[in-house]
Amino acid sequence: MAKRAGKSGARATQAKTRAKKSPSATRASARKTSSKPASKGEAKALGAKVTDAKASAKKTPPPGHDHPDPYAHLFADEYHREYEASHEEMLGFYRQMLRIRRFEEKAGQLYGMGLIGGFLHLYIGEEAVAVGFDSAAGPQDRVVTGYRCHGHALIAGCSPKSLMAELTGRAPGLCKGKGGSMHMFAPDHRFYGGHGIVGAPAPLGTGLAFAAKYRGEDAVSLTFFGDGATNQGQVYESFNMAVLWKLPVVYVIENNHYAMGTSVDRASGQKDLHKRGESLGVPGMLVDGMNVFKVRAAAEEAIAYIRSGRGPILVEVKTYRYRGHSMSDPAKYRPREEVQEVRAHHDPIELLKERMLDAGIGEAEIKKIDRAVKQEIDEAADFARHAAEPEPDELYRDVLIEEA
Amino acid sequence: MPEITLIEGVNLALKEKMAENENVVVLGQDVGLDGGIFRATIGLIEEFGADRVIDTPLAEAGIIGMAVGMAMNGLIPIPEMQFSGFSYTAFHQIENHVARYHWRTRGQIPMPMVIRMPYGAGVRAFELHSESREAYWAHTPGLKVVIPSTPRKARALLRAAIEHPDPVVFYEPKAIYRAFRENVSDEPETMEIGKAEVVREGRHITMIAYGAMMPRTLEAARMLADEGIEAEVIDLMTVSPLDEETIIESVRRTGRALVVHEAPRSFGPAAEIIARLNDKIFFELEAPVARVTGYDMPPPFFAREQWFLPSPTRIADEARETLKL
Ligand SMILES: Cc1ncc(C[n+]2csc(CCOP(=O)(O)OP(=O)(O)O)c2C)c(N)n1
Ligand SMILES: [Mg+2]
Repeated sequence: MAKRAGKSGARATQAKTRAKKSPSATRASARKTSSKPASKGEAKALGAKVTDAKASAKKTPPPGHDHPDPYAHLFADEYHREYEASHEEMLGFYRQMLRIRRFEEKAGQLYGMGLIGGFLHLYIGEEAVAVGFDSAAGPQDRVVTGYRCHGHALIAGCSPKSLMAELTGRAPGLCKGKGGSMHMFAPDHRFYGGHGIVGAPAPLGTGLAFAAKYRGEDAVSLTFFGDGATNQGQVYESFNMAVLWKLPVVYVIENNHYAMGTSVDRASGQKDLHKRGESLGVPGMLVDGMNVFKVRAAAEEAIAYIRSGRGPILVEVKTYRYRGHSMSDPAKYRPREEVQEVRAHHDPIELLKERMLDAGIGEAEIKKIDRAVKQEIDEAADFARHAAEPEPDELYRDVLIEEA
Repeated sequence: MPEITLIEGVNLALKEKMAENENVVVLGQDVGLDGGIFRATIGLIEEFGADRVIDTPLAEAGIIGMAVGMAMNGLIPIPEMQFSGFSYTAFHQIENHVARYHWRTRGQIPMPMVIRMPYGAGVRAFELHSESREAYWAHTPGLKVVIPSTPRKARALLRAAIEHPDPVVFYEPKAIYRAFRENVSDEPETMEIGKAEVVREGRHITMIAYGAMMPRTLEAARMLADEGIEAEVIDLMTVSPLDEETIIESVRRTGRALVVHEAPRSFGPAAEIIARLNDKIFFELEAPVARVTGYDMPPPFFAREQWFLPSPTRIADEARETLKL
């Protein structure tokens, strides 16, 4: 995926030390992470405890793992290391996160204009999760997710034009305008969808990992699903098989605190979702998903853990969705102030921007990205509005594999 | 009673039955605080409390499995699947337990429950938010499949389904949830499960439909009437078991028939109706029984949705063809 990011133009995130490389490279990149605790307010809003990273590192490793365990710190109450990004890398993160946000905002507008039908699940607020993981993954790794998938597809390397045209149901869309918002696939970019059924990606990602291992590939499968999805039985069936066969899969819970109108509190007995794999043997990490440096560091280490052959790992990433669940959402389940608070004080893009400015990156450079992204997305929207619809006879195609 | 929409008919029946029988409980994702994804259960939690209007986690297999246990132990559960396309994770519970419990326990344990789910295209969604798979449930012995087509019928049939001793899959035509209003009686009304209704009389051809295809079929009948063709229209209401009597009585008179559904053509309900007509009154038919259906594909994306769905024009065209024979 480093390659993919490069393809889509984020050269800044390319050719860096990656966890995927030799063990020494892994360690080298792990050293790049520091252990800055989150600011108190920041972590509090996400329901996380601020703990001292050093104290956490001393915790006993998960059962079944030999002592001393180089990964013990991963399973501390909350993961605190931050990735030390170069200027170039920060600009790359920024560009990718902004692309997602602007793409989603534009999609929301097109929906409002009646150009997109059905459902549209926006990823606004959650950008750091996809970007943190994608940037840590290697070109051989695979991604599978649920219906909140545009952002993942975008940074996997799909062109915004093909994605936007998919949303408007047009022939040049990524899936010929026949899949729409929830069902986007780009195996060329190792992006395996895009699934409308909640929980379904869990076993699919497990199967991707099985095949990778079977075929001797050094590839990890990044399997994303929501907090609500963790209440589906197939998630636990997957965990068990992944442990049983030591499969290289990272289960990423994008915990945005709500499943449609139901909060985690109202739907979960065990509310610490990262602990949900424990009894099955899947160790869990908890990460602040509004901080791309933390997500990136955690992702890198989780992937390194998997490449060490230890089997699956679960990463709960606390994040937040700003918009309604889909486009019509009565929003009775959360106070408006909560959304405003997170937007105002915990926005992942704003945080990144501050860090960039602190690091001495000039406004001008940031503005340049803003303009380029705006143009890219505007062009995509124009394209998607004017592209042709699929022909009716296109619809029978691919239902079965036809002989020509 | 004021005029209400179809979804308000569903809501009304739930309210009435919950008030009448404290063993009736409603469960599903967001059915409580949010009042259901389509607002079918709105107001229930305020009236009957969270013990009887149960917001569940996101777990269809668990929801239906739980409902089986609840029914075994004296309750009448009404689980909601948010879309019929999400019911497949619970398919095994419905197929293996809901449908067979009474039979498997040799009549000792009945399974009174109503599984509600919205189905069908026409809402600019796609694929698993738009499909029409009543044939799955109709193909399963031990289940009844009821599909209302108007607000009044939604209320009366859902009441009946809740009172019914067998498990009922109550398939709700979401495309017409709010399409039109109808007067309902102040007195609780119940309609018999397993009975079809002739909703328009005619002598040239019998058109058989149900659910969201009813308004379209009636529209086709009006188009045909302008040309002097009098089509009789039957609303099946219960897809399984079929009301053979009503269908046969009508087709015997008209000699011609046309079945409409949005479900895929192959192995769909029309195929079964045609087979029955051929079995029973083959020599009284003036023409082969026709069908206008969805195509054998997943419901397409919204740009082509109306092309996929049987339209009044397609239905009327097919009727004219049949009348030529
Ligand atoms: C099996 C299934 N049940 C119900 C739904 C309807 N549904 C779509 S998204 C959703 C909430 C999922 O929440 P979560 O897993 O937390 O993901 P988020 O939307 O927050 O990203 C529900 C109930 C579905 N798509 N699939
Ligand atoms: Mg969620």
